[in-house]
Amino acid sequence: MVVVKIKDLPKEKYLLPGNTACQGCPHALGLKALGMALGDRIVLIVPAGCTTIIAGSRDKSAFKFPCLHVPFASAPAVATGLGSAFKRLGKDGIPVVWMGDGGSDIGFATLSGACVRKDDMIVVVSDNEAYMNTGIQTSGTTFWKARTTTSPTGKREEKKDLALIMLMHKADYVATASVGYLQDFIAKLKRASEIEGFRFIHLHSPCPPGWGFDSGETVEIARMAVKCGAWILWEFDGRFKISPQSKPYRDRDKRLPLADYLRRQRRFRHLTNDDIVEIEKRIDEQWKVILALENIFS
Amino acid sequence: MKKILTGNYAVAEAVKMARTEFIAAYPITPQTTIVERLAEMVEKGELDAEFIRVESEHSALAAAYGASAGGLRTFTATSSHGLLYMYEMCWWVANSRLPIVMALVTRTIGPPWNIHTDHTDLLTLRDSGWILAMSENAQEAFDLTLIGFKVAEQIDLPFAVGLDGFQVSHTAEVVDIPKQDEVDRFLPERKRDKPFVMEPGNPIAVGGLTTNECAMEIRMSMMEDMEKVGDLVRNSGYVRDYDLVERYRLNDAEYVVIMMGAWCGDAKDAIDILRDEGIQIGMLRLRFIRPFPAEEIAKLNCKKILVVERDSSIGKGGIIATEVKSVANSSVQSVMAGLGGVDVGVEDFVAMFKRFVEGELRGWWL
Repeated sequence: MVVVKIKDLPKEKYLLPGNTACQGCPHALGLKALGMALGDRIVLIVPAGCTTIIAGSRDKSAFKFPCLHVPFASAPAVATGLGSAFKRLGKDGIPVVWMGDGGSDIGFATLSGACVRKDDMIVVVSDNEAYMNTGIQTSGTTFWKARTTTSPTGKREEKKDLALIMLMHKADYVATASVGYLQDFIAKLKRASEIEGFRFIHLHSPCPPGWGFDSGETVEIARMAVKCGAWILWEFDGRFKISPQSKPYRDRDKRLPLADYLRRQRRFRHLTNDDIVEIEKRIDEQWKVILALENIFS
Repeated sequence: MKKILTGNYAVAEAVKMARTEFIAAYPITPQTTIVERLAEMVEKGELDAEFIRVESEHSALAAAYGASAGGLRTFTATSSHGLLYMYEMCWWVANSRLPIVMALVTRTIGPPWNIHTDHTDLLTLRDSGWILAMSENAQEAFDLTLIGFKVAEQIDLPFAVGLDGFQVSHTAEVVDIPKQDEVDRFLPERKRDKPFVMEPGNPIAVGGLTTNECAMEIRMSMMEDMEKVGDLVRNSGYVRDYDLVERYRLNDAEYVVIMMGAWCGDAKDAIDILRDEGIQIGMLRLRFIRPFPAEEIAKLNCKKILVVERDSSIGKGGIIATEVKSVANSSVQSVMAGLGGVDVGVEDFVAMFKRFVEGELRGWWL
């Protein structure tokens, strides 16, 4: 566990002010933390998505690190090639793939291939639980029952658990993180940077316009997701550990009422009380899996 | 030194002698033996390169894109459906001006499944910005691969070397191989910062949003540079002279056949037979389809031209004939033949060319 103190973090800004992110954008928070954690070692690889916009338009750039824009389904494969170039030419760089849940849907084979080969990269999936850049369409990680523009009455399928899928791919490092707990995210990025091979971080990124909450509440909503147990923070670096921010919520009774989290979001406003009970059940099942994994990989 | 090599092994040998640093490829018949041979060369230490066993052709060219953007000399190879699966990346590579070399072992696009040669796959790259060469035999597949690296890195455009599935890819022929020091003089180490290099500490952005005018300028500058490729090929300094076309018995030809690829060998035999009968016929063989040898075609001073091609554009006809018609100063007839790998031999060409000389011939030859 890497301990991160705010006063020790670099003052250098890698996401520049005046960028085109929406108010309260979780990616902007995440990118800022990414710069603080890995600084000049970053070469960012960005497939199509919100970050394409945030990066800025010629001849302005919002980033103080290099950024290679690539087709939607290609990012981890591009990182494979770029990582090879760094290694061969002796450059101290980390290819960092920064993509959304859309990129991880359409580029899933690419993610799998790069992970199986243990290619040298850090992949961050900044997951806002729908295709936000094209206007809030359902993705593989959209929450059950959440309303999107392609599921106007609520999504019918369960979300996929990307981080656990990557764990079962035998990735060298896997963690979940949240824009509500940036010190934890920075610590995980730093830990990941100490390990060689394929490293994967699934970052929970509540989206104000996509989920329907006020743009001043991004961090609060992100923290509520953790506190009600719906988003579990954990880390695998050979051992599986539930992160301190999530530890209290192993105990079901300590969790924030789920309705408090769901009712704050427009996408869930149509839920019945029965729906919420059903979601609670699913969250309990998820905790069983996580606790078992903690036991297995202790 | 002379070696007996299949077309695919000749390509692999050229990739090795080019001191290629990064290879990513996914196997597809009939390209497979190129990547198998390269994997073997890397494992045995004969070639100091990274070989990535990617999970798809899309990722093959994506990985090649990353390596080339990082400054490495980079190669991939594919065929038919593999090319179509990586098609998006082909355009991304071209507009990014990265000098990747790709061997394209031509194969019919399905359905129905068919592993035999047809040139429609190669021609899907026509408008993308790749330099497109088509070899006639293993020697040319070898030579054009080396020339490909040289020209691609001079002009910052990707280079595809076509070779016919099985007819060239799997047929063993004598190939004249230059010495390694000759190749090294011809092809020095890649200039790593050209056209740009992605590296830590150098905060540039590549491929992101821009003005519409800039997007248009990129295509305009690619066009301008593509027009310089003919001179670069002719003056490449390679051990053998190369041009965009081959001229076969063309000097006094009243009838000219335009074709590309492996079957030109049989067609030349047919031309010899017709010449013996007193018919003044010759061939302009296209070794490059991009840049299109427009001047060479416009200069043809003959009664009429026949374009014989293994491709089709449904709703229009032969793709090459359409292009030839746009620049030729003689009447042009068009025949589509040999699609799906249908065998077209010397006797077919003799009959076909006689009908062309005598009168009307157009449409399909089956």
